Amino acid sequence: MKILVTLKQVPDTETKIKVAADGRSLDPADVKWITSPYDEYALEEAIRIKERIGAEVIALSVGGDAVKDVLKNALALGADSAVLLRGEGQSDAFGVAQMIAAYVRDKGFDLILCGNMGIGGDNAAMGPMLAELLGVAQANVIVKLEIGDGTFRAEREIEGGSEIVEGALPAVISAQKGLNEPRYASLKGIMAAKKKTIEEIEAAPVTPGARISALALPPQRPAGRKLEGEPAAQASSLLQALKDEAKVF
Amino acid sequence: MILVFCELKEGQLRKPSAEALSEGRRLADASGKKLGALFAGASCTGATEAAKYGADLILTAEAPTLASYSSDAYATVLADAVKAKGATVLMAAATAEGKDVIPRAAARLGAGYASDVTGLSMVDGKLQAVRPVYAGKAFATTTFATPVQVATTRPNVFPAAEKPGPGIVESLPAPTGDFKSMVKEILAKASGKVDLSEANIIVSGGRGMKDGANFKILEELADAIGGVVGASRAAVDAGWGLPHSMQVGQTGKVVSPTLYIACGISGAIQHIAGMSGSKFIVAINKDPEAPIFKLASYGIVGDLFEVVPELTKAAKALGIGSR
Ligand SMILES: Cc1cc2nc3c(=O)[nH]c(=O)nc-3n(C[C@H](O)[C@H](O)[C@H](O)COP(=O)(O)OP(=O)(O)OC[C@H]3O[C@@H](n4cnc5c(N)ncnc54)[C@H](O)[C@@H]3O)c2cc1C
Repeated sequence: MKILVTLKQVPDTETKIKVAADGRSLDPADVKWITSPYDEYALEEAIRIKERIGAEVIALSVGGDAVKDVLKNALALGADSAVLLRGEGQSDAFGVAQMIAAYVRDKGFDLILCGNMGIGGDNAAMGPMLAELLGVAQANVIVKLEIGDGTFRAEREIEGGSEIVEGALPAVISAQKGLNEPRYASLKGIMAAKKKTIEEIEAAPVTPGARISALALPPQRPAGRKLEGEPAAQASSLLQALKDEAKVF
Repeated sequence: MILVFCELKEGQLRKPSAEALSEGRRLADASGKKLGALFAGASCTGATEAAKYGADLILTAEAPTLASYSSDAYATVLADAVKAKGATVLMAAATAEGKDVIPRAAARLGAGYASDVTGLSMVDGKLQAVRPVYAGKAFATTTFATPVQVATTRPNVFPAAEKPGPGIVESLPAPTGDFKSMVKEILAKASGKVDLSEANIIVSGGRGMKDGANFKILEELADAIGGVVGASRAAVDAGWGLPHSMQVGQTGKVVSPTLYIACGISGAIQHIAGMSGSKFIVAINKDPEAPIFKLASYGIVGDLFEVVPELTKAAKALGIGSR
């Protein structure tokens, strides 16, 4: 079993968003970068499969030198090796999917795990696009995964419940919170990771899909007001306001 | 042509699909294009409802093999329809199915994709999108580099305006053969209520609820005003037995209801990321300094265990329900 885990480096969820001088990108000053949380579930799942049935786990990230942190962390957590695809990793999902597809082709991966969404870009598109470019099965927003003999069975979250998807390997599977509880790196893992090297490859040229032409902060919300009095009075003023001012009811 | 992939539920057009169609009609009018509605399944009875929202053409791919959702089979239907009709824009609602099939179809078409958009326009005959990024902490204007442009629309943002169209029905060939993956079973949640992402009113509870059993008072309020119940991550992670599907926020659901009532939720940046698109926000919190009040259209400083039952009582007395 050969598993690829794709990891994206994203701004920490605490980040206060400032628009850069170009008017179309994030001002990188003061931004702390982390591994996208959903990708952590993907990596954890790969390591668990390895522990259960044996597998070679390769971690991959698209970007520049900075994403080496993401890969080092993946190595410390249990990935066997890591690949840095040098290319524009924050750009559109279609471009990134093409870069990863070009790398993956003919490498004999049985399973590709990714997060269901890279937080920040919030596209939730790379996984299904990669699956299509590779001509393989997909299952997204997965909270449970079973690997069979050349097959998979996954539970995916949908509106008002979940559904069971079955398909053939190879497949691209995207993780949702709930799939597992990611572990922390052990000291032993961190030491072992220091001995592993990160393979660096120039990403293939791609056809761009979409681009951000302007980035803006949301409009300020109109100032609100506090409702005073005893709970019963507060409750009835609220309902009146929602009915008469907001016209919600 | 602008082609909108639509979903039916029990033979009826789903509301997020009606919203996407309606927006498609507006864009088609603005750019002198035709609007097509596309359906796939074992039976597409009910597809004619798309005419109500302005569809010029209703395309149906009906086959027993399409009875269960399959990412690759449905992507084939969509991509083939775009090619057959020479459509330049493909849209769908950003539902679980829409978000699964649309990017796959886009990749097949070599098309750029903007997901979960909150604004669309046609500029020089090409689609342009505005979409929330950083979980709504910013909005990105997105332009396309490809001849075909693809987008999914966020539920509850675009109005579903009725505007009758000719709705000429045409059936499409359905793909046959081996599908790479397929849905085998649907495990429905017992409640049968609408999903958070589609709800018009959401009553959410946080760590201040103290226990999962206390969510009963939120259920009662939600029932009285026609809403559904959500939760903060602190509540979901507290081991109170609340499913992750209830979580609102940056790593949960991003919602945009008309009314969001936050009970015992402090207003952490990751929670706000998931609900700041709500039209009206009510905060009930005993801490007057809680950051959630900065966002609230209406704030109640008080004990939620006193205020929430009063709200339920008052709502019942006023005979308030969902519109
Ligand atoms: C990577 C990452 C992702 C995250 N994603 C999410 C996410 O998607 N969604 C999310 O919600 N959080 C998320 N968080 C967590 C977030 O940072 C906060 O920890 C969380 O939102 C806090 O939840 P809370 O407001 O319910 O709890 P607290 O912050 O503990 O607030 C509880 C509030 O209840 C009030 N209260 C207590 N008792 C009462 C009472 N009797 N009456 C009235 N008020 C009362 C208190 O005054 C307080 O304001 C994320 C964090 C990280 C690091």
